[in-house]
Amino acid sequence: MKNFIHVLALLLATSFFPLPAAAVVNVFACEPEWGALATEIGADKVAVYSATTALQDPHRIEARPSLIAKMRSADLAVCTGSDLEVGWLPLLFTQSGNPKIQPGSPGYLEASQYVPRLEIPKVIDRSLGDIHPGGNPHIHLDPRNIAKVAVALAERLARIDPPNEAAYQSASKAFLQRWQEAIGRWEREGAPLKGVPIVVYHKDLSYFINWMGMREVGSLEPKPGLPPTPSHLADLVERMKRDPAKVVAYSAYNSPKAAEFLSERTRIPAVMLPFTIGGSARAKDLFGLFDDTLARLLAAVK
Amino acid sequence: MFKHRGIAFGIAAAALGALALPFSGHAANDDDLKELREQVRQLKDVYEKRIDALEKRLQQAEQAVGSAKTAATNAEAVASQAAVQASSRPAGENAFNPGISLILNGTYGYLKNDPARYRVNGFAPTLGEVNPPNRGPSLGESELVFSANIDHRFRGTLIAAIAPDDSIAIEEGYIQTLALSNGFTVKAGRFFSGVGYQNEIHAHAWDFTDASLASKVFLGNQLGEDGVQVKWVAPTDLYFDVGIEAGRGRKFPGGPDGGRSKNGFGSGTLFTHLGGDIGASTAWRVGLSHLRTSPQDRTYADLDSAGASVTNGFTGQSRLWVADGILKWAPNGNATERSFKLQGEYFQRTESGNLTYDTTAASFGRQTDTYASRQSGYYVQGVYQFMPQWRAGYRYDRLSAGTTSIGLVTSGALTAADFPILNAYNPTRSTVMVDWSPSEFSRVRLQFARDRSQFGAADNQVFLQYIMSLGAHGAHKF
Repeated sequence: MKNFIHVLALLLATSFFPLPAAAVVNVFACEPEWGALATEIGADKVAVYSATTALQDPHRIEARPSLIAKMRSADLAVCTGSDLEVGWLPLLFTQSGNPKIQPGSPGYLEASQYVPRLEIPKVIDRSLGDIHPGGNPHIHLDPRNIAKVAVALAERLARIDPPNEAAYQSASKAFLQRWQEAIGRWEREGAPLKGVPIVVYHKDLSYFINWMGMREVGSLEPKPGLPPTPSHLADLVERMKRDPAKVVAYSAYNSPKAAEFLSERTRIPAVMLPFTIGGSARAKDLFGLFDDTLARLLAAVK
Repeated sequence: MFKHRGIAFGIAAAALGALALPFSGHAANDDDLKELREQVRQLKDVYEKRIDALEKRLQQAEQAVGSAKTAATNAEAVASQAAVQASSRPAGENAFNPGISLILNGTYGYLKNDPARYRVNGFAPTLGEVNPPNRGPSLGESELVFSANIDHRFRGTLIAAIAPDDSIAIEEGYIQTLALSNGFTVKAGRFFSGVGYQNEIHAHAWDFTDASLASKVFLGNQLGEDGVQVKWVAPTDLYFDVGIEAGRGRKFPGGPDGGRSKNGFGSGTLFTHLGGDIGASTAWRVGLSHLRTSPQDRTYADLDSAGASVTNGFTGQSRLWVADGILKWAPNGNATERSFKLQGEYFQRTESGNLTYDTTAASFGRQTDTYASRQSGYYVQGVYQFMPQWRAGYRYDRLSAGTTSIGLVTSGALTAADFPILNAYNPTRSTVMVDWSPSEFSRVRLQFARDRSQFGAADNQVFLQYIMSLGAHGAHKF
């Protein structure tokens, strides 16, 4: 047993000496949209890793060894928060042994804290499905939210990596200018979507719907986070016959089956939306994500 | 403002010039000139007064616009602040309450053999909760979990298991560091040892109702130690960790039950893992662990050749090696629709020391001689989620009693029949299960096992089980 104690003491002693800082800022993005934003603002000053892809449901991720390994070396973790990553992010915090990215440290940025959140539940009960007490966490499909997070992210990068502060500030300024112009263009192009009734799969398009002034009239999931059931879909078909929506939208990570089922029976077009970076060929960056989302919806409601 | 005044004077001067020019011919008339000057002066005064008034009004207007703007910005700030506040947790003393969750678990068992008489032949009994669930309806262990950050440096967790017999056991109660650098984490208190794969996972997250046979005979179902764990995660993209634990040796394979009265440690564990992803769809982890303890008077009950119930005790060294591997697959890493999980662990143990027969002198009297054993076992299991909410799984268990030499038998003092439970036997078990999880928080499982743990008494076991979790969201451990 003595040997064990010696090794243990040695390990503990070495844990107090920090290693020299890396040349680039390692950014751990919980979702691809924050990875893309970090790339816009950090450019060559950051190395970005995205923990999830557009084909994965960010609620249903496990704390895989690869994620722990990446979190271990992260200088900044950018996550949505509002309990979106509640199943896996806390494990990454405790397992990675990295003090830099713990909640409350400059190295942890929770994007949803910087934007007004929608759908904050008045009643919190699990019988209502997988609801989030902090409101709907899928904040990134309102581009005005992206702008707010961009400002916070530039500040955070500057705080973590002060020598490159000027680069982050100028990159974020340039990005925000291009972004504001793009928002103006999207708002003009998206004008025909105003008031359009839409059926969603999961409540992950709420911020987009709110921004565009669309009307959400139903969801394929009977309750948030629960898979579509035949009885719920049958109800939805009946409702759509009486009061039809103009489009049924689902995200890249959802199975298309339920949307196609509804579409076949109601003649309402079903459209797959990229949801985040990598969800479609065109959604290569944040601009492409909104370009493609708008184009797909406009084509469907035409 | 001065600019405006300059312009005003310019206008006045121009007006003066315009007035003056036509009258230039009558310049000689002093009175006229005086009158003219007086008129211009009056004009200038009037204009100046008017300009002043205009300036004042302009200033006021500008101020009003400014304050309106400030008010608007303030309103926006207040609104967004209100939104943030509305969406954050309630204030007050309770805001800092730890996350609490409760796990409810119950079974209905149908077993051919009485679970109270359950033994795994060929292996020393472990004193752990290795027996299968009861026949008939039975409440399982209810788990109560409290967990929160203590401050910026520590996190605390307490997991209490309330057994159906009204007793409460502390399964885990530990503190954990948050702010050590360079990939180090230290845990102290009582925690499930990091030996193997499944040992660290709580029973409610297991894929089958009961533990593997190997966990039962080598770790007493699940090994929880009082002690310290130091773990280091390497700064590499490929996951690599090394951990070391020093514990009390309070449970099998340590002993006596509860640990020795000793300054120092009674058990030590070393473990290491490698893990990573293969593409977006597959994730894996392999591990190797070593557990060593020095049990003293680790007792178990047996029936000797006279049919008397005797207590035997082992004192010596116990060394356990565990190799584990897990592979998880889901299309594009999205386990919503389909997923597959393959898991296996191989155990090998050597023990050497002295075995004391009949420590309480209930039969042929207390006798001690050498004891050495080398035993192994493994299990492999696969669980397939074939549609949302539904999974099916199969597990195969096999133990090898290996070689056991009992000094009291080789010397002829006693016979093998005096240690029937240690007689060589290779137990096996096959288990199938299907479970349904309406949400992340509930699961209902049906399991069937053909259990050949006991020599000559194959058991058929059917369990219908529910596992439900209330409160704080559980962790998605890999």
